Amino acid sequence: MIEVRNIIKRFGEQEVLKGISAEFKQGKMNLIIGKSGSGKTVLIKCIVGLMIPSEGEILYDGRDFTKMSVKEKKELRTEIGMLFQGNALFDSLTVEENIRFPLDMFTKKSMEEKTDRVNEVLNRVNLQGANLKYPSQLSGGMQKRTGLARAIVMNPKYLFCDEPNSGLDPKTSIVIDELINEITEENNITTIMNTHDMNSVIGSGDNILFLHQGERWWEGNNISLFESTNEELDSFIFASEFLKEAKTARLIKNQNK
Amino acid sequence: MKGGFLFHLGRYVLLIKSLFVKPERPYMYWKETARMMVDIGVGSVIIILVISFFIGAVSAVQFAYNLSDSLVPMYYVGYVVKESMILEFAPTVSCLILAGKIGSNISSELGTMRLTEQIDAFEIMGVNTSSYLIAPKIVAAITMIPLLVIIAALTGIIGGGVAAVGSGYMSKQEYIQGIQFFFVAKNINVMLVKAVVFAFLLTSISCYQGFYASGSAIEIGKASTRAVVISSIMVLLADYLIAWMML
Repeated sequence: MIEVRNIIKRFGEQEVLKGISAEFKQGKMNLIIGKSGSGKTVLIKCIVGLMIPSEGEILYDGRDFTKMSVKEKKELRTEIGMLFQGNALFDSLTVEENIRFPLDMFTKKSMEEKTDRVNEVLNRVNLQGANLKYPSQLSGGMQKRTGLARAIVMNPKYLFCDEPNSGLDPKTSIVIDELINEITEENNITTIMNTHDMNSVIGSGDNILFLHQGERWWEGNNISLFESTNEELDSFIFASEFLKEAKTARLIKNQNK
Repeated sequence: MKGGFLFHLGRYVLLIKSLFVKPERPYMYWKETARMMVDIGVGSVIIILVISFFIGAVSAVQFAYNLSDSLVPMYYVGYVVKESMILEFAPTVSCLILAGKIGSNISSELGTMRLTEQIDAFEIMGVNTSSYLIAPKIVAAITMIPLLVIIAALTGIIGGGVAAVGSGYMSKQEYIQGIQFFFVAKNINVMLVKAVVFAFLLTSISCYQGFYASGSAIEIGKASTRAVVISSIMVLLADYLIAWMML
């Protein structure tokens, strides 16, 4: 479990995160949602240590990340996997080399063991046979799968996904969501996903944190989402007529039950 | 790019300091260094050969032209080409060319890595990014650029001979006599010191510009331009200081 307590992040005079506290549960899909500029990316960057919060605590299973030494942070980072919005694959390396990179850098496994592990995760993300391709030779969905394979190759305890559906067609988005969901449940890891994608929110949000103007505005799951009376959340999630009708239909269905 | 001169100087010094850490896996650093040696060294041989050959050739022809009506013996052409190639043209002009070729390449590579979150990906994994991405480039440069400078000096001297003899200004024996005339071994040391210092300056400055690039593709372009301009100026400044201190 990851817990953030009273996280404040300032850039000069501007306070981007205003005292956010939340719990991200183990074995669940924890989603951070919100409009552009609401502070989602800053929050996720603070949690993974790419930004230092101005105030507050970040606890990884009780271990306070903000008080760790450089060595302790490095050790913790071997337990973290991250799927980036733009995939962040290393251009000069093949798919296999990209995925093997953390194993090469941080383990003393033999080449045979590393290759076996790479093939195992490639199978897991349904990307068999792509070992020797370069990132530029892959489609957007395949790049996303490669990024996911690299994120899970070290068997992380914590998985972060920054807008994993951006740039993907709806069908591929759902496949990637399902894959992340399955991996989260299979390995009982704490997954935090930052997303704009309504399919992800409605389909796989076990625990949803809605940020608005740097504040925690609402917290719930993909079921309580439909019953929420929070205006900001409503206008964000059910922005289109289609989704508004879907919400109304869902509420009527629940009432009839 | 925000910040004044002292801000950038301080951040540059801190970046260089951060390179001196124990590598997580030395083999990975060596692999990256070898890749950069090929990129910087092998990848620059052709341009160095072409440029230094013509610098030597032009120097020889122009000096021979100036000496043609004087009492100075013609073998002096060989001597002057040798000295100018060793002391100035081979280290300085080669490094100015390399500042353009390697400097912009390094800066845009790191800038693109920053923009596409590849550097963040290294950070998340726990890799010391500055050390892993920058130290191999500097080590490769200070190893390969002196070799390129030696090649440049030899090619320039050969180019001078081909041009001077080929143009009919002197015989082959006269040119060789000029090369052998008044050989000062210390000048070779000066050339190598220059090559190492210039290699460090042009790679570290380019790495700094690329590593801290942010924003958009336009910013990466600006960072590349800054890398070439600043490293060229620093190479020329260092050239003067080394000449002043060592000669």
